[in-house]
Amino acid sequence: MGALPEGDIAPTDGALTDAARASRAPLSAYVHIPFCRVRCGYCDFNTYTNDELHGARRDDYAEHVLREIELATSVLDCGRERPLRTVFFGGGTPTLLPARDLLRVLSRLRDELGMVDGAEVTVEANPDSVDARYLGDLAHGGVTRVSFGVQSAVPHVLATLDRTHSPERVPDVVSWAKDAGLDVSVDLIYGTPGESLDDWRASLESTLALDIGHVSAYALIVEEGTALARRIRRGEIAAPDDDLVADMYELADEAFAEAGYHWYELSNWARGAREQSRHNTAYWLNHDWWGFGPGAHSHVGGVRWWNVKHPSAYGQRVLAGESPAAARETPDVEARRLETILLQLRLATGVALQDVSEFAAERARGLAVEGLLDVDALSHGSLVLTLRGRLLADRVVRDLTD
Amino acid sequence: MSPRASNPLQPASTLPTQIRNFCIIAHIDHGKSTLADRMLQITGIVDDRSMRAQYLDRMDIERERGITIKSQAVRMPWEVDGKTFALNMIDTPGHVDFTYEVSRSLAACEGAILLVDAAQGIEAQTLANLYLAMENDLTIIPVLNKIDLPAADPEKYSKELASLIGGKPEDVLRVSGKTGVGVDALLDRVVELVPPPVGDPDAPARAMIFDSVYDAYRGVVTYVRVIDGRLTPRERIKMMSTGANHELLEIGVSSPEPVPTKGLGVGEVGYLITGVKDVRQSKVGDTITDAQKPATDALPGYTEPKPMVFSGLYPIDGSDYPILREALDKLKLSDASLNYEPETSVALGFGFRCGFLGLLHLEIITERLEREFGLDLIATAPSVPYEVTTEDRKTVTVTNPSEYPSGKIDSVREPVVKTAILAPKDYVGTIMELCQSRRGTMLGMEYLGEDRVELKYNMPLGEIVFDFFDHLKSRTQGYASLDYEPAGEQESDLVKVDILLQGETVDAFSAIVHKDKAYSYGLMMTERLKKLIPRQQFEVPIQAAIGARIIARENISAIRKDVLAKCYGGDITRKRKLLEKQKEGKKRMKMVGRVEVPQEAFIAALSGDDEVKKK
Repeated sequence: MGALPEGDIAPTDGALTDAARASRAPLSAYVHIPFCRVRCGYCDFNTYTNDELHGARRDDYAEHVLREIELATSVLDCGRERPLRTVFFGGGTPTLLPARDLLRVLSRLRDELGMVDGAEVTVEANPDSVDARYLGDLAHGGVTRVSFGVQSAVPHVLATLDRTHSPERVPDVVSWAKDAGLDVSVDLIYGTPGESLDDWRASLESTLALDIGHVSAYALIVEEGTALARRIRRGEIAAPDDDLVADMYELADEAFAEAGYHWYELSNWARGAREQSRHNTAYWLNHDWWGFGPGAHSHVGGVRWWNVKHPSAYGQRVLAGESPAAARETPDVEARRLETILLQLRLATGVALQDVSEFAAERARGLAVEGLLDVDALSHGSLVLTLRGRLLADRVVRDLTD
Repeated sequence: MSPRASNPLQPASTLPTQIRNFCIIAHIDHGKSTLADRMLQITGIVDDRSMRAQYLDRMDIERERGITIKSQAVRMPWEVDGKTFALNMIDTPGHVDFTYEVSRSLAACEGAILLVDAAQGIEAQTLANLYLAMENDLTIIPVLNKIDLPAADPEKYSKELASLIGGKPEDVLRVSGKTGVGVDALLDRVVELVPPPVGDPDAPARAMIFDSVYDAYRGVVTYVRVIDGRLTPRERIKMMSTGANHELLEIGVSSPEPVPTKGLGVGEVGYLITGVKDVRQSKVGDTITDAQKPATDALPGYTEPKPMVFSGLYPIDGSDYPILREALDKLKLSDASLNYEPETSVALGFGFRCGFLGLLHLEIITERLEREFGLDLIATAPSVPYEVTTEDRKTVTVTNPSEYPSGKIDSVREPVVKTAILAPKDYVGTIMELCQSRRGTMLGMEYLGEDRVELKYNMPLGEIVFDFFDHLKSRTQGYASLDYEPAGEQESDLVKVDILLQGETVDAFSAIVHKDKAYSYGLMMTERLKKLIPRQQFEVPIQAAIGARIIARENISAIRKDVLAKCYGGDITRKRKLLEKQKEGKKRMKMVGRVEVPQEAFIAALSGDDEVKKK
């Protein structure tokens, strides 16, 4: 995630304005697990290998998160009136922690904030960091869904990405997860330097063969400051080619559609409404969520904040009973309007015409003529991207919000 | 060694026989200013304490670049054999664009010190100025400077100088402006060899303006050499080219600070102030006479400065346009050869079409605008004035390719210059190749000493202003020097090449080039722009065309992907800020038809870069 944004000073006690606290939008929880065994060359997430922890310890981590849950409970001060709809353990590599640590956090969330019946609880996992037993423990403790970081089925692509698992293991872990009663999603990355359209097709085919309910496919972003960016700058490998990446997206969309998956968000395909990630959808719909852990971002009642990045700084804050927030911001009306469009436009349900300005509505018609917005959807009152529009989504957003 | 003159002569009552007027001809960096400083010190008119390096060069840019743009005259007392003399040192500009100003400075002198770096030998511009001085019948005193340098080779260069001016190597003086060695002997030599001025003290006054400088406090300060008669304070004077009358508010000499005097007599050099505020009212080369008792004939040699190189100057930030206008208005007060008029460009917005004496002049003005007025500027590719005759026999002067007549063209005439290139003999082949590729016609070749050659070419000025000097320097490892002077004009097979983006002409890239080079120009620009212009939602053809005929074409294919795949862990702030930044960037885009082009792309294309510089 690179550097944290700049923002306003966040109060030590994490207190929110009455207005923000009064929000009754659906509430979710994100729990960041900032540990990895190795750092992948493309990754700029807030994660740390053992060497980089500088005194912070994985063993203490669950305890630290529990302290932030206490803080959240007192800041939100709503008893269990806003039970959590979804919980997501992301990373880093959440499964580097023992299952019991994740489950301690989950049960504390349930105890303190409450959780709706049938809440979606997802854990991200690497294919080589879990076994059948671990997955069984998660399911037993209330986890409903696991998202595997598969990325590719092609060894040379995995090698470029510094991924350590062997592709052969993927069908096994997926079947163990299914056996444990978990919903399964797979994350894929396309546009890796050296990856051909055929390589990508192979990854798509082996993913479809897993017979799972949900797939995310993300175009590789070369983030500044990563080892991958340095290798590209030095000319060791080629930067991803945007045209090839566009071909890959179209190939994926076509392959998924044929296999009965529908896009519900730019980079996400699901077999049915039930299989869609409700947690990620909460982000796109601008619902409320509390992000726990170092570097995690939160959004409650129109206030956004983000925690300090390093696990050891985070630990010191929460142990001292202070909010770990590094800074916060309250976007103004115009910024919120931009957010609404940039987030909701990513969804297949789109943005309601009535929610956008006169100007944007006018622009929308032009974009429909250009083939970037769906004409039919527009005539029914919503802005929905076409396939070409999805690939040019940021441009469409800029056009709509000039 | 001569002593400092204990009793300087009084201006306005100095006999011509006791006056010596001389200038120093030298290349940049050959130490003219340092030598002048040493003369000021040795003659005692500047005391050692207040001596500041390169006293005579007032402008920062001049001091930094080691060149003198504006000449001035300093009166120095000097005693030889118990007899006191007044030496007027007239500082000449040493660069290629200012030939006319140099010629006027030379016309104010009877002698010239030819100053050459003892480690480098003579350079092309110095040679050109030397020829000019010889044509004016000036007495030449050859001097090698910087003899204190370890790399100095006075034997070799004495021979070179002697062969150039037809003297003996032993007569070449050796000095060091830095240490002062040999400077007093040089002043003695000036007194001995330079003839005293000759003029008629009883004739109607005639004084030649050899420089005109704007001073924020005093208005225009005009430097003159009196030829006949005398000028006195408070009298009314007349500019013979315009007939304008002014009152002589102050007259005096520089030593080197201005000192008012009772007047200036025959052969004397000094300054005068009339209260005019614009150097155009006091033009270099013009003759000043007494308004009550005017001379009938002006002194010969006066011409209007004629701009030879044109370029559009645009502020990079469009809101700086008024500042640019004010800045040009101010610079114009002190620079009679600068002219400009408003111009607009699709690509660059509002700016000014400016006329310059040459490339260096352009460079100096641009740099002064940027430095003194804090402007960020982009200059279009320099162009020269073309005389274009259409089929219906109408002739127009085109200084901007976008004003090239659209109908059928009968003929085009372009300015030609006589070019002199001086370089070590090893580079002759590569220089000849370059000159030929630039449509040069060889006029001759001469050896200066054993290993240096002077090549003379007739060449279209348009070829020179188009990065010729850069190529010359890079092909000769920086050893070649260049000088050129106007040599009329010629009819040539020239065409205008337009560059079109999606069918719209991008005015800033139109160029008038020789027919044989139109294709390569078109190819170069279309390729360059293809690399610089970001992909759009639709395909954008980039074409080069002569009239309606397309001679080169590139395509920028439509962009297919412009989306970030992921919002990390709910970091919406980051994504929003990224979009806000992109939107800011979009505001700075220039629209050519429907095509959005970042201004940086235009700037990079104009400066010959293939990549947009990252800020």
